[in-house]
Amino acid sequence: MMQKSINAGLGSLTAVMLSTTSLWAADELNALVWCDHTDPALLEPFEKAHNVRVNVKEYEGTAAGLAILDQSRPGDWDVMVIDGVDVGRAVDEGRLAALPADEFDTGTFFPEVVMPENNTRDGVTYAVTEKFGYNTITYNAAKVDLEDMNSMSSLWSGKYDGRIAIYDYYLPLLGLLGLEQGVATSDLDADAVEALRDRLYALKEAAQSVSDVVASQTALATGEVDVVIGGGEWLTAVLAAENPDLNWSIPKEGALRWTQSIAVLEESENKDLAVEFIKYITSPEGQARLATSSCYWAMPANASAGDILTDDEKSTLRWDQQADYLSRTQLYPIPDADLDLAMQDLWTDMLQQ
Amino acid sequence: MTLEHEERRRAFGFVAPALIWTCAFFLIPFAVMALLSLAHLEGRAIIQSYDLGNYIKIFTEPSFFKSIVVSLEITLTVTVLSVLLAWPLAWIIATQVPPHYQRLAIMLAVLPFWTSYVVRSYAWALVLGQNGVVMQGLIGIGLLDEPIQIMATRTATVIGFVHFFVMLLTLTIYSNLIQLSPNYARAAADLGASGWQTLRHVILPLTLPGIMTGAFLTFVLCIGDYITPQILGGNNELTMPQLIMLQLGRRGDFPMASALSVVLMAIVTLAYAATARWLKMERV
Repeated sequence: MMQKSINAGLGSLTAVMLSTTSLWAADELNALVWCDHTDPALLEPFEKAHNVRVNVKEYEGTAAGLAILDQSRPGDWDVMVIDGVDVGRAVDEGRLAALPADEFDTGTFFPEVVMPENNTRDGVTYAVTEKFGYNTITYNAAKVDLEDMNSMSSLWSGKYDGRIAIYDYYLPLLGLLGLEQGVATSDLDADAVEALRDRLYALKEAAQSVSDVVASQTALATGEVDVVIGGGEWLTAVLAAENPDLNWSIPKEGALRWTQSIAVLEESENKDLAVEFIKYITSPEGQARLATSSCYWAMPANASAGDILTDDEKSTLRWDQQADYLSRTQLYPIPDADLDLAMQDLWTDMLQQ
Repeated sequence: MTLEHEERRRAFGFVAPALIWTCAFFLIPFAVMALLSLAHLEGRAIIQSYDLGNYIKIFTEPSFFKSIVVSLEITLTVTVLSVLLAWPLAWIIATQVPPHYQRLAIMLAVLPFWTSYVVRSYAWALVLGQNGVVMQGLIGIGLLDEPIQIMATRTATVIGFVHFFVMLLTLTIYSNLIQLSPNYARAAADLGASGWQTLRHVILPLTLPGIMTGAFLTFVLCIGDYITPQILGGNNELTMPQLIMLQLGRRGDFPMASALSVVLMAIVTLAYAATARWLKMERV
C-alpha cells in the first residue's frame, strides 16, 4: 500500500516536472518596448501561434532604452521598439540587426511614415515603422474656447492659467515650443533650445502640473485640467467613449508627428523568432491590435489595418483626416548626445522652477 | 585551544550569517555605488575617470541643490505633523479606550496599511482634486465659493504622506505608552502635579523613545519616497528620489544617480546620528 502511494506520488511528481519542463522548453522572446506593447491582447495571438512567451520590459526615452542594453548581457534582448527618429543613432552604435527587407512589404503603409531615411542605411533595412501619432494640443471642448485651440500661443495668454498640464517629455515639448516660436524641429540647435528657456518657464508658470501619460489622462478625465500641451489622439482615444468632449487639434503653428519603429537587436540569439514577431506586429491584425492597445491608441503605420478596425475605432483615430495632419506636422527634433543632455538639463530646471 | 578562543569562534559563527548578508547586500553594493558616483557621463558613455564632479554639480547647480532643500522641507513638515497627530491618537487609544477594545482600535488605525501604496496615492489624487470630495464638501458647506488647487501641490504631497505616517507613528508611540506603569501618574498626582503637568513633565518625556523611533522611521521612509510626490505633487518641484529617477530613467546617468543616492544616504545617516540616543528599540 505504502509502495503504491509512493509510486503514485512519484508518478505525479514526474508528470508535474515534465509539464514544467515543457513550459521551460518553450521559446522566449525578450522585448524592450513602449507601454502599448504590454497589452496581453496584442501579444497573445503571437504567443499562441508560435508557442512562445513574450517577455516585455517597458522603457521611456531612447537614452534609457540604450542604457538598459548597456547594463544587460549580450543576447538578453531580442526586439526593441524605438523612437523612429532614433533608429539611425542605434544603427550607428551597431545595436540593430539587418532585417530581410523582402519579408517586410511597406507598400500598404502610409507613405509619410515609411521613413526609409531613418529605417534604412545604405540600402539595408534595420527597422520598420509600426505606429504613429501627434504631439499637439488636447483639450476638453466643453471647457475651452475652441477658437483658442487653433493657436498654441493662447496657452500663454493667461486665460488658461492653472488649467494646463504639460506632457512630461522634453523632446516633443521643446519641439512644440520651437514651432510656436517659428523654429522648425530640424533647426533646433543648442542656441535655439536655450532661447526657449523663458517661454518654457512661462508655460510652467501657467500650468497646473507636468504629467506623464497616465497622470495627463487622469487630470483631463477628472476635470483637473482642461488642456494638455503635448497630448494627442493617444491621450484622448481611450477616454473618448466616456467623455466625447475630450478632443485634440493641430494648431496653425503646426505640431509634432511621432513614430515608433520596431527592430531586431544585433546581439539577439533568437533572430528568426524576433523577425516573426515584427512580421506579426506589422501585419494588418497586429497593427489593428497595436493601434487600439490598452495603454494608448494611435494610428497604425500599415493602412491595411483599416480593413480590420471598426468604423468607430477609425473615427476615434480620425482615419480620414490623416492626409491633412501628415502634411501639417513635423518629425521630432533629432538631438545629438550633447544636445540631448542640454535639453534634459533645461527640462529639469523647468521642473524645479 | 583555550576556552575563551573557542567561545569567540562560536560567537563569530553565530554572527557570521548576518555579517555575510550585510556585506553581500549592503556594503559591497554600496561600495560599488559610491565608486560609480565618482565616474561621469559623457554623451551616453560612462567615463571611468574618477572625480567629485557629480557632487560639485549637486551642491552648485540650483535645480539639483533645490531637490535637497525640497526633500528636507517636505520630510520635516511631514515628520512634525505626523508626530503632532499621532501622539494624541496613541494616547487616547492607550488610556481612554477600554483594554479589550484597544486591539480593534489599533487595527482600525492601521487599516489603510492594507491597501496598496500606489492605489492609496491615486485615491488621494481623486479626493483632493477640483471635483473631489474635499473640495465639493467645502463648497457645499459654503466655506469656498469655487475650488482651490490642492492637487498637484506640495500640500497634496504632505497630506498623502501624513496619512500614511500617522499610522506608523501611532503604533510606535502606542507600544511605548502601554508599557508605562500607571504608578508614574499616581506618584505625580501625589506630589501635587495637575493632569497637564503630569502629561507634560512625566508621560511625554517617557514616550520620547517611541516618538523618536517613529519620527526617525518617518524621516527615512519619507525622504526616500518617490511615489507620493510623483503622483500627488504634479511634478511641480522635484524631490531627491524624483531627481534620481530622472537620472536613471531618462538620462541613463548612473554616476549622477549614484552620487545623489550617496548624498541621500548621508542625510539619513545624519538623521540617525541626531536621534541615535533615543533609538533604543528595546525600550519601545
